[in-house]
Amino acid sequence: MRRPLGIILPILLLIVWEIAAQSINNQFILPRLETVVPVLLAPTVDILGTGSLVHNALVSLERVGAGFLVALAIAIPLGVGMGWSQRFDAIVDTTIQLLRPIPPLAWGPLAIAWFSVGINSMVFIIFLGAFFPILLNTIDGVKSIKKTWVEVAQTLGASERQVLSKVVLPGASPTIWTGLRVGFGIAWMCVIAAEWLPGTTSGLGYLTLYAYNFGQMHYIIAGMITIGIIGIAFDFLFRSVEDRWFCWRGLER
Amino acid sequence: MKLAIRDLSKVFVTGTGEKVPALEGINLTVEDEEFLCILGPSGCGKTTLLRIIAGLDTPTTGSIQVDGEALSGPSRRIAMIFQEYSLFPWRTVLENVVFGLEVQGMDREERLAAARKYLDLVGLSSFEKNLPYELSGGMRQRVAVARALATEPTALLMDEPFGALDAQTRNLMQTELQEIWRKTRKTILFVTHSVDEAVFLADRIVVLTERPGRVREIVPVKKCPHPRDRTCRDFVDIRRHVLDLISGGSSD
Repeated sequence: MRRPLGIILPILLLIVWEIAAQSINNQFILPRLETVVPVLLAPTVDILGTGSLVHNALVSLERVGAGFLVALAIAIPLGVGMGWSQRFDAIVDTTIQLLRPIPPLAWGPLAIAWFSVGINSMVFIIFLGAFFPILLNTIDGVKSIKKTWVEVAQTLGASERQVLSKVVLPGASPTIWTGLRVGFGIAWMCVIAAEWLPGTTSGLGYLTLYAYNFGQMHYIIAGMITIGIIGIAFDFLFRSVEDRWFCWRGLER
Repeated sequence: MKLAIRDLSKVFVTGTGEKVPALEGINLTVEDEEFLCILGPSGCGKTTLLRIIAGLDTPTTGSIQVDGEALSGPSRRIAMIFQEYSLFPWRTVLENVVFGLEVQGMDREERLAAARKYLDLVGLSSFEKNLPYELSGGMRQRVAVARALATEPTALLMDEPFGALDAQTRNLMQTELQEIWRKTRKTILFVTHSVDEAVFLADRIVVLTERPGRVREIVPVKKCPHPRDRTCRDFVDIRRHVLDLISGGSSD
Protein backbone atom coordinates (compact mmCIF):
# COMPACT_ATOMS: atom_id res chain seq x y z
CA MET A 1 0.00 0.00 0.00
CA ARG A 2 2.92 2.37 0.54
CA ARG A 3 3.72 2.82 -3.12
CA PRO A 4 0.22 3.68 -4.34
CA LEU A 5 -0.14 6.09 -1.43
CA GLY A 6 3.23 7.69 -2.14
CA ILE A 7 2.33 8.36 -5.76
CA ILE A 8 -0.68 10.57 -4.92
CA LEU A 9 1.28 13.65 -3.87
CA PRO A 10 3.55 13.82 -6.94
CA ILE A 11 0.48 13.60 -9.21
CA LEU A 12 -1.20 16.39 -7.26
CA LEU A 13 1.97 18.42 -7.55
CA LEU A 14 1.96 18.00 -11.35
CA ILE A 15 -1.67 19.14 -11.48
CA VAL A 16 -0.95 22.17 -9.29
CA TRP A 17 2.03 22.97 -11.50
CA GLU A 18 -0.06 22.81 -14.65
CA ILE A 19 -2.82 24.97 -13.16
CA ALA A 20 -0.27 27.49 -11.88
CA ALA A 21 1.54 27.56 -15.24
CA GLN A 22 -1.72 28.20 -17.07
CA SER A 23 -2.78 31.01 -14.76
CA ILE A 24 0.65 32.66 -14.67
CA ASN A 25 0.82 32.24 -18.42
CA ASN A 26 4.47 33.26 -18.62
CA GLN A 27 6.87 30.64 -19.93
CA PHE A 28 9.86 32.61 -18.60
CA ILE A 29 8.64 32.04 -15.04
CA LEU A 30 6.89 28.68 -15.12
CA PRO A 31 6.65 26.72 -18.37
CA ARG A 32 3.67 24.45 -18.94
CA LEU A 33 3.91 20.69 -18.45
CA GLU A 34 3.35 20.03 -22.14
CA THR A 35 6.47 21.99 -23.08
CA VAL A 36 8.68 20.01 -20.65
CA VAL A 37 7.41 16.50 -21.34
CA PRO A 38 8.42 16.46 -25.05
CA VAL A 39 11.97 17.39 -24.05
CA LEU A 40 12.10 14.46 -21.62
CA LEU A 41 10.55 12.12 -24.19
CA ALA A 42 13.23 12.99 -26.74
CA PRO A 43 16.37 12.59 -24.62
CA THR A 44 18.63 12.08 -27.61
CA VAL A 45 17.70 15.30 -29.40
CA ASP A 46 20.21 18.15 -29.29
CA ILE A 47 19.37 21.08 -27.00
CA LEU A 48 20.56 24.58 -27.97
CA GLY A 49 23.71 23.11 -29.51
CA THR A 50 25.00 21.69 -26.21
CA GLY A 51 24.18 18.10 -27.08
CA SER A 52 21.26 15.94 -25.96
CA LEU A 53 20.05 15.17 -22.42
CA VAL A 54 21.58 11.71 -22.65
CA HIS A 55 24.89 13.08 -23.88
CA ASN A 56 25.08 15.68 -21.10
CA ALA A 57 23.97 13.16 -18.47
CA LEU A 58 26.77 10.80 -19.54
CA VAL A 59 29.29 13.63 -19.38
CA SER A 60 28.17 14.49 -15.84
CA LEU A 61 28.17 10.84 -14.79
CA GLU A 62 31.69 10.39 -16.09
CA ARG A 63 32.89 13.29 -13.94
CA VAL A 64 31.05 11.98 -10.90
CA GLY A 65 32.45 8.51 -11.52
CA ALA A 66 36.02 9.81 -11.65
CA GLY A 67 35.70 11.96 -8.50
CA PHE A 68 33.84 9.23 -6.66
CA LEU A 69 36.45 6.58 -7.47
CA VAL A 70 39.30 8.79 -6.31
CA ALA A 71 37.39 9.55 -3.08
CA LEU A 72 36.68 5.86 -2.50
CA ALA A 73 40.28 4.84 -3.17
CA ILE A 74 41.59 7.29 -0.58
CA ALA A 75 38.79 7.38 2.00
CA ILE A 76 38.38 3.62 2.56
CA PRO A 77 42.04 2.80 3.37
CA LEU A 78 42.34 6.00 5.41
CA GLY A 79 39.12 5.20 7.28
CA VAL A 80 40.21 1.62 8.00
CA GLY A 81 43.49 2.98 9.38
CA MET A 82 41.74 5.58 11.53
CA GLY A 83 39.14 3.14 12.81
CA TRP A 84 41.71 0.44 13.56
CA SER A 85 44.58 2.40 15.11
CA GLN A 86 43.83 4.89 17.87
CA ARG A 87 47.25 6.45 17.42
CA PHE A 88 46.74 7.02 13.70
CA ASP A 89 43.26 8.39 14.44
CA ALA A 90 44.75 10.85 16.95
CA ILE A 91 47.23 12.08 14.36
CA VAL A 92 44.78 12.58 11.48
CA ASP A 93 41.43 13.31 13.12
CA THR A 94 41.94 17.02 13.95
CA THR A 95 42.92 17.80 10.38
CA ILE A 96 39.88 15.97 9.04
CA GLN A 97 37.56 17.81 11.44
CA LEU A 98 39.04 21.15 10.36
CA LEU A 99 38.61 20.48 6.64
CA ARG A 100 35.23 18.80 6.81
CA PRO A 101 32.96 21.85 7.39
CA ILE A 102 34.26 23.60 4.25
CA PRO A 103 31.64 23.07 1.52
CA PRO A 104 33.19 21.40 -1.55
CA LEU A 105 32.12 24.34 -3.74
CA ALA A 106 34.06 26.79 -1.57
CA TRP A 107 37.13 25.09 -3.02
CA GLY A 108 36.01 26.14 -6.51
CA PRO A 109 38.38 29.07 -7.04
CA LEU A 110 41.31 27.12 -5.60
CA ALA A 111 40.37 24.11 -7.70
CA ILE A 112 40.56 26.22 -10.84
CA ALA A 113 43.83 27.79 -9.74
CA TRP A 114 45.39 24.40 -9.05
CA PHE A 115 43.89 22.24 -11.76
CA SER A 116 42.81 24.92 -14.29
CA VAL A 117 39.36 24.91 -15.87
CA GLY A 118 37.98 21.62 -17.11
CA ILE A 119 37.50 18.12 -15.84
CA ASN A 120 40.30 18.07 -13.27
CA SER A 121 38.98 20.93 -11.18
CA MET A 122 35.47 19.44 -11.32
CA VAL A 123 36.74 16.01 -10.32
CA PHE A 124 38.53 17.65 -7.39
CA ILE A 125 35.30 19.24 -6.13
CA ILE A 126 33.32 16.02 -6.59
CA PHE A 127 36.07 14.13 -4.79
CA LEU A 128 35.73 16.47 -1.81
CA GLY A 129 31.97 15.97 -1.75
CA ALA A 130 32.15 12.18 -1.74
CA PHE A 131 35.25 11.87 0.44
CA PHE A 132 33.92 12.77 3.89
CA PRO A 133 30.78 10.62 4.02
CA ILE A 134 32.81 7.61 2.85
CA LEU A 135 35.59 8.30 5.33
CA LEU A 136 33.33 8.86 8.35
CA ASN A 137 31.23 5.79 7.64
CA THR A 138 34.33 3.64 7.14
CA ILE A 139 35.74 4.78 10.50
CA ASP A 140 32.39 4.13 12.14
CA GLY A 141 32.07 0.72 10.52
CA VAL A 142 35.55 -0.38 11.58
CA LYS A 143 35.06 0.87 15.15
CA SER A 144 31.80 -1.02 15.52
CA ILE A 145 33.33 -4.38 14.52
CA LYS A 146 32.62 -6.97 17.21
CA LYS A 147 35.74 -7.60 19.25
CA THR A 148 34.96 -11.32 19.31
CA TRP A 149 35.29 -11.54 15.50
CA VAL A 150 38.82 -10.17 15.68
CA GLU A 151 39.76 -12.46 18.57
CA VAL A 152 38.35 -15.53 16.84
CA ALA A 153 40.51 -14.72 13.82
CA GLN A 154 43.59 -14.21 16.01
CA THR A 155 43.13 -17.49 17.86
CA LEU A 156 42.72 -19.25 14.51
CA GLY A 157 46.10 -17.93 13.45
CA ALA A 158 45.26 -14.88 11.33
CA SER A 159 47.97 -12.24 10.95
CA GLU A 160 47.06 -8.57 11.45
CA ARG A 161 46.92 -8.17 7.69
CA GLN A 162 44.51 -11.10 7.41
CA VAL A 163 42.42 -9.76 10.29
CA LEU A 164 42.10 -6.48 8.40
CA SER A 165 41.28 -7.99 5.01
CA LYS A 166 39.17 -10.96 6.11
CA VAL A 167 37.41 -9.64 9.20
CA VAL A 168 37.55 -5.87 9.59
CA LEU A 169 36.85 -4.93 5.99
CA PRO A 170 33.98 -7.36 5.38
CA GLY A 171 32.60 -6.72 8.88
CA ALA A 172 32.56 -2.98 8.24
CA SER A 173 31.34 -3.30 4.66
CA PRO A 174 27.63 -2.59 5.28
CA THR A 175 28.50 0.71 6.94
CA ILE A 176 31.11 1.50 4.30
CA TRP A 177 28.48 0.82 1.65
CA THR A 178 26.15 3.32 3.34
CA GLY A 179 29.03 5.80 3.11
CA LEU A 180 29.38 5.07 -0.60
CA ARG A 181 25.66 5.61 -1.16
CA VAL A 182 25.62 8.92 0.71
CA GLY A 183 28.92 9.93 -0.87
CA PHE A 184 27.63 9.25 -4.36
CA GLY A 185 24.51 11.31 -3.66
CA ILE A 186 26.59 14.28 -2.58
CA ALA A 187 28.99 13.81 -5.49
CA TRP A 188 26.01 13.96 -7.84
CA MET A 189 24.92 17.25 -6.28
CA CYS A 190 28.46 18.58 -6.51
CA VAL A 191 28.84 17.83 -10.21
CA ILE A 192 25.84 19.99 -11.11
CA ALA A 193 27.26 22.94 -9.21
CA ALA A 194 30.81 22.26 -10.43
CA GLU A 195 29.53 22.49 -14.00
CA TRP A 196 28.49 26.07 -13.32
CA LEU A 197 32.15 26.98 -12.90
CA PRO A 198 33.57 29.15 -15.67
CA GLY A 199 35.04 27.35 -18.65
CA THR A 200 32.61 24.45 -18.64
CA THR A 201 30.91 23.55 -21.93
CA SER A 202 28.93 20.39 -21.19
CA GLY A 203 27.08 18.41 -18.55
CA LEU A 204 23.58 18.63 -17.05
CA GLY A 205 24.60 21.49 -14.75
CA TYR A 206 26.01 23.44 -17.67
CA LEU A 207 22.90 22.68 -19.73
CA THR A 208 20.55 24.21 -17.14
CA LEU A 209 22.67 27.32 -16.73
CA TYR A 210 23.10 27.73 -20.49
CA ALA A 211 19.35 27.34 -21.07
CA TYR A 212 18.78 30.09 -18.50
CA ASN A 213 20.81 32.51 -20.62
CA PHE A 214 18.27 31.98 -23.39
CA GLY A 215 15.27 32.05 -21.07
CA GLN A 216 14.45 28.45 -22.03
CA MET A 217 12.78 27.45 -18.76
CA HIS A 218 11.38 24.19 -20.09
CA TYR A 219 14.91 22.98 -20.82
CA ILE A 220 15.97 23.93 -17.29
CA ILE A 221 13.13 21.97 -15.74
CA ALA A 222 13.71 19.00 -18.05
CA GLY A 223 17.36 19.08 -16.99
CA MET A 224 16.41 19.26 -13.31
CA ILE A 225 14.04 16.31 -13.66
CA THR A 226 16.78 14.30 -15.40
CA ILE A 227 19.17 15.14 -12.57
CA GLY A 228 16.59 13.97 -10.05
CA ILE A 229 15.80 10.74 -11.88
CA ILE A 230 19.46 9.79 -12.17
CA GLY A 231 19.97 10.56 -8.48
CA ILE A 232 17.04 8.34 -7.48
CA ALA A 233 18.16 5.57 -9.85
CA PHE A 234 21.61 5.38 -8.30
CA ASP A 235 20.25 5.52 -4.77
CA PHE A 236 17.94 2.63 -5.67
CA LEU A 237 20.86 0.72 -7.14
CA PHE A 238 22.94 1.17 -4.00
CA ARG A 239 20.01 0.12 -1.82
CA SER A 240 19.26 -3.03 -3.77
CA VAL A 241 22.88 -4.12 -3.56
CA GLU A 242 22.69 -3.42 0.18
CA ASP A 243 19.66 -5.70 0.53
CA ARG A 244 21.33 -8.49 -1.42
CA TRP A 245 24.87 -8.43 -0.05
CA PHE A 246 24.31 -7.25 3.48
CA CYS A 247 21.15 -9.11 4.43
CA TRP A 248 22.97 -10.18 7.61
CA ARG A 249 23.25 -6.60 8.79
CA GLY A 250 21.66 -6.11 12.20
CA LEU A 251 21.25 -9.87 12.56
CA GLU A 252 24.69 -10.62 14.03
CA ARG A 253 24.29 -13.24 16.69
CA MET B 1 48.69 -31.68 25.23
CA LYS B 2 49.92 -31.01 28.72
CA LEU B 3 49.36 -27.50 30.00
CA ALA B 4 51.20 -26.24 33.08
CA ILE B 5 50.15 -22.96 34.68
CA ARG B 6 52.64 -21.68 37.24
CA ASP B 7 52.09 -18.89 39.82
CA LEU B 8 49.91 -17.02 37.40
CA SER B 9 48.33 -13.72 38.39
CA LYS B 10 46.58 -10.94 36.53
CA VAL B 11 46.05 -7.38 37.68
CA PHE B 12 43.91 -5.04 35.59
CA VAL B 13 44.56 -1.32 35.72
CA THR B 14 41.39 0.73 35.30
CA GLY B 15 41.13 4.03 33.47
CA THR B 16 41.58 5.91 36.77
CA GLY B 17 44.81 4.04 37.53
CA GLU B 18 43.18 1.77 40.10
CA LYS B 19 44.61 -1.74 40.29
CA VAL B 20 42.09 -4.58 40.27
CA PRO B 21 43.48 -8.06 40.88
CA ALA B 22 41.59 -10.64 38.82
CA LEU B 23 43.63 -13.79 39.35
CA GLU B 24 46.11 -14.65 42.06
CA GLY B 25 48.64 -17.47 42.42
CA ILE B 26 47.03 -19.90 40.01
CA ASN B 27 48.85 -23.23 39.82
CA LEU B 28 47.27 -25.82 37.63
CA THR B 29 48.30 -28.73 35.45
CA VAL B 30 46.00 -29.89 32.69
CA GLU B 31 46.75 -33.43 31.57
CA ASP B 32 46.74 -34.60 27.96
CA GLU B 33 43.24 -35.43 26.69
CA GLU B 34 41.72 -34.23 29.92
CA PHE B 35 38.33 -32.55 30.17
CA LEU B 36 38.78 -29.84 32.77
CA CYS B 37 36.01 -27.51 33.89
CA ILE B 38 36.76 -24.19 35.51
CA LEU B 39 33.94 -23.15 37.78
CA GLY B 40 33.42 -20.06 39.85
CA PRO B 41 31.14 -17.15 40.61
CA SER B 42 30.74 -14.30 38.12
CA GLY B 43 33.74 -12.02 38.04
CA CYS B 44 36.13 -14.58 39.55
CA GLY B 45 38.48 -14.27 36.58
CA LYS B 46 37.72 -17.62 34.93
CA THR B 47 37.25 -16.02 31.52
CA THR B 48 40.45 -14.03 32.07
CA LEU B 49 42.32 -17.26 32.77
CA LEU B 50 41.02 -18.77 29.54
CA ARG B 51 41.89 -15.64 27.55
CA ILE B 52 45.44 -15.73 28.89
CA ILE B 53 45.81 -19.38 27.84
CA ALA B 54 44.40 -18.44 24.41
CA GLY B 55 47.06 -15.74 24.11
CA LEU B 56 44.49 -12.92 23.98
CA ASP B 57 45.67 -11.47 27.30
CA THR B 58 49.03 -11.52 29.02
CA PRO B 59 49.52 -12.54 32.64
CA THR B 60 50.92 -9.98 35.08
CA THR B 61 53.16 -12.62 36.66
CA GLY B 62 53.69 -16.34 36.19
CA SER B 63 53.90 -18.49 33.11
CA ILE B 64 52.12 -21.08 31.03
CA GLN B 65 53.92 -23.99 29.47
CA VAL B 66 52.53 -26.12 26.68
CA ASP B 67 54.28 -29.49 26.59
CA GLY B 68 57.25 -27.85 28.28
CA GLU B 69 57.42 -24.81 25.99
CA ALA B 70 56.54 -21.33 27.19
CA LEU B 71 53.38 -19.92 25.64
CA SER B 72 53.46 -16.51 23.99
CA GLY B 73 50.47 -15.20 22.06
CA PRO B 74 47.83 -17.21 20.19
CA SER B 75 48.96 -20.70 19.24
CA ARG B 76 47.70 -22.89 16.44
CA ARG B 77 47.61 -25.79 18.84
CA ILE B 78 44.99 -24.05 20.99
CA ALA B 79 41.57 -23.01 19.69
CA MET B 80 38.97 -20.99 21.54
CA ILE B 81 35.19 -21.08 21.44
CA PHE B 82 33.37 -18.01 22.67
CA GLN B 83 29.99 -17.63 24.33
CA GLU B 84 28.34 -15.84 21.41
CA TYR B 85 28.75 -13.42 18.50
CA SER B 86 31.69 -15.44 17.28
CA LEU B 87 30.58 -16.50 13.81
CA PHE B 88 31.34 -14.16 10.92
CA PRO B 89 27.82 -13.15 9.87
CA TRP B 90 28.81 -12.44 6.24
CA ARG B 91 30.27 -15.90 5.72
CA THR B 92 28.22 -19.02 5.10
CA VAL B 93 28.46 -21.89 7.55
CA LEU B 94 31.08 -23.65 5.41
CA GLU B 95 33.05 -20.43 4.89
CA ASN B 96 33.08 -19.95 8.65
CA VAL B 97 34.38 -23.44 9.33
CA VAL B 98 37.05 -23.06 6.66
CA PHE B 99 38.35 -19.75 8.05
CA GLY B 100 41.21 -21.07 10.16
CA LEU B 101 42.52 -23.27 7.35
CA GLU B 102 42.19 -20.41 4.90
CA VAL B 103 44.37 -18.04 6.94
CA GLN B 104 46.85 -20.85 7.47
CA GLY B 105 47.23 -21.08 3.70
CA MET B 106 45.86 -24.56 3.03
CA ASP B 107 44.76 -24.86 -0.60
CA ARG B 108 41.14 -24.57 -1.50
CA GLU B 109 40.08 -28.12 -2.28
CA GLU B 110 41.90 -29.54 0.69
CA ARG B 111 40.51 -27.02 3.18
CA LEU B 112 36.94 -27.39 1.92
CA ALA B 113 37.18 -31.15 2.33
CA ALA B 114 38.56 -30.76 5.86
CA ALA B 115 35.86 -28.24 6.79
CA ARG B 116 33.12 -30.54 5.47
CA LYS B 117 34.47 -33.37 7.56
CA TYR B 118 34.05 -31.36 10.76
CA LEU B 119 30.73 -29.93 9.69
CA ASP B 120 29.61 -33.53 9.33
CA LEU B 121 30.94 -34.32 12.81
CA VAL B 122 28.65 -31.68 14.35
CA GLY B 123 25.75 -32.81 12.14
CA LEU B 124 25.35 -29.66 10.05
CA SER B 125 26.37 -30.85 6.58
CA SER B 126 23.04 -29.83 5.08
CA PHE B 127 23.45 -26.24 6.31
CA GLU B 128 26.81 -25.44 4.71
CA LYS B 129 25.39 -22.74 2.44
CA ASN B 130 23.33 -21.02 5.14
CA LEU B 131 24.29 -17.76 6.80
CA PRO B 132 24.69 -17.76 10.60
CA TYR B 133 21.59 -15.65 11.24
CA GLU B 134 19.47 -18.40 9.70
CA LEU B 135 20.59 -20.88 12.38
CA SER B 136 19.40 -21.44 15.93
CA GLY B 137 21.68 -20.67 18.88
CA GLY B 138 22.63 -24.32 19.32
CA MET B 139 23.45 -24.72 15.65
CA ARG B 140 25.62 -21.61 15.68
CA GLN B 141 27.66 -23.02 18.55
CA ARG B 142 28.03 -26.30 16.67
CA VAL B 143 29.46 -24.34 13.76
CA ALA B 144 31.84 -22.59 16.16
CA VAL B 145 32.96 -25.99 17.47
CA ALA B 146 33.48 -27.30 13.92
CA ARG B 147 35.47 -24.18 13.03
CA ALA B 148 37.72 -24.61 16.06
CA LEU B 149 38.23 -28.34 15.39
CA ALA B 150 38.97 -27.82 11.69
CA THR B 151 42.41 -26.36 12.43
CA GLU B 152 43.15 -29.57 14.35
CA PRO B 153 44.30 -28.00 17.59
CA THR B 154 45.32 -30.27 20.44
CA ALA B 155 43.45 -28.20 23.02
CA LEU B 156 40.04 -26.51 22.98
CA LEU B 157 39.23 -23.59 25.24
CA MET B 158 35.53 -23.04 25.73
CA ASP B 159 34.22 -19.91 27.43
CA GLU B 160 30.67 -20.63 28.63
CA PRO B 161 29.86 -21.84 25.12
CA PHE B 162 26.36 -22.95 26.04
CA GLY B 163 25.63 -20.06 28.38
CA ALA B 164 23.29 -18.32 25.96
CA LEU B 165 21.25 -21.43 25.13
CA ASP B 166 17.98 -22.65 26.62
CA ALA B 167 18.17 -25.50 29.15
CA GLN B 168 17.07 -28.25 26.75
CA THR B 169 19.44 -27.29 23.95
CA ARG B 170 22.15 -26.92 26.54
CA ASN B 171 21.76 -30.48 27.78
CA LEU B 172 21.77 -31.77 24.22
CA MET B 173 24.92 -29.80 23.40
CA GLN B 174 26.64 -31.16 26.52
CA THR B 175 25.95 -34.73 25.38
CA GLU B 176 27.17 -33.93 21.87
CA LEU B 177 30.33 -32.31 23.20
CA GLN B 178 31.02 -35.43 25.23
CA GLU B 179 30.71 -37.48 22.04
CA ILE B 180 33.02 -35.16 20.15
CA TRP B 181 35.55 -35.24 22.95
CA ARG B 182 35.46 -39.04 22.97
CA LYS B 183 35.99 -39.16 19.19
CA THR B 184 38.68 -36.49 18.89
CA ARG B 185 40.50 -36.86 22.24
CA LYS B 186 41.24 -33.15 22.58
CA THR B 187 42.34 -31.56 25.81
CA ILE B 188 39.38 -29.37 26.79
CA LEU B 189 39.28 -26.44 29.19
CA PHE B 190 35.68 -25.50 29.74
CA VAL B 191 34.63 -22.42 31.69
CA THR B 192 31.16 -22.40 33.17
CA HIS B 193 29.25 -21.07 36.13
CA SER B 194 26.82 -23.99 36.08
CA VAL B 195 27.69 -26.68 38.63
CA ASP B 196 25.46 -29.18 36.87
CA GLU B 197 27.22 -28.63 33.56
CA ALA B 198 30.65 -28.97 35.16
CA VAL B 199 29.81 -32.21 36.95
CA PHE B 200 28.23 -33.64 33.80
CA LEU B 201 31.21 -32.90 31.57
CA ALA B 202 34.46 -32.81 33.49
CA ASP B 203 37.17 -35.22 34.51
CA ARG B 204 38.15 -32.67 37.13
CA ILE B 205 36.53 -29.44 38.23
CA VAL B 206 38.69 -26.50 39.25
CA VAL B 207 36.67 -24.37 41.65
CA LEU B 208 37.84 -20.78 41.86
CA THR B 209 37.19 -18.32 44.69
CA GLU B 210 35.59 -14.94 44.25
CA ARG B 211 37.69 -12.10 42.88
CA PRO B 212 40.61 -12.22 42.93
CA GLY B 213 40.28 -15.78 41.63
CA ARG B 214 42.38 -18.43 43.39
CA VAL B 215 42.11 -22.19 43.14
CA ARG B 216 39.86 -23.20 46.03
CA GLU B 217 39.79 -26.90 45.31
CA ILE B 218 40.20 -29.33 42.46
CA VAL B 219 37.38 -31.87 42.49
CA PRO B 220 37.86 -35.16 40.61
CA VAL B 221 34.74 -36.50 38.87
CA LYS B 222 36.36 -39.41 37.05
CA LYS B 223 34.77 -42.14 39.15
CA CYS B 224 31.44 -41.23 37.55
CA PRO B 225 31.40 -43.03 34.15
CA HIS B 226 30.20 -41.40 30.88
CA PRO B 227 27.50 -40.85 29.76
CA ARG B 228 26.66 -39.54 33.19
CA ASP B 229 23.32 -39.95 34.80
CA ARG B 230 22.42 -36.72 36.53
CA THR B 231 20.39 -38.56 39.12
CA CYS B 232 22.94 -41.21 40.14
CA ARG B 233 24.35 -41.21 43.63
CA ASP B 234 27.92 -40.15 42.80
CA PHE B 235 26.72 -37.35 40.56
CA VAL B 236 24.49 -35.92 43.26
CA ASP B 237 27.20 -36.21 45.91
CA ILE B 238 29.81 -34.45 43.81
CA ARG B 239 27.31 -31.83 42.80
CA ARG B 240 26.48 -31.14 46.45
CA HIS B 241 30.15 -30.93 47.38
CA VAL B 242 30.89 -28.44 44.58
CA LEU B 243 27.83 -26.39 45.50
CA ASP B 244 29.08 -26.21 49.07
CA LEU B 245 32.44 -24.97 47.80
CA ILE B 246 30.94 -22.09 45.92
CA SER B 247 27.98 -21.51 48.24
CA GLY B 248 26.88 -17.97 47.94
CA GLY B 249 27.74 -18.02 44.24
CA SER B 250 25.54 -18.83 41.28
CA SER B 251 24.52 -22.47 40.97
CA ASP B 252 21.90 -22.76 38.24
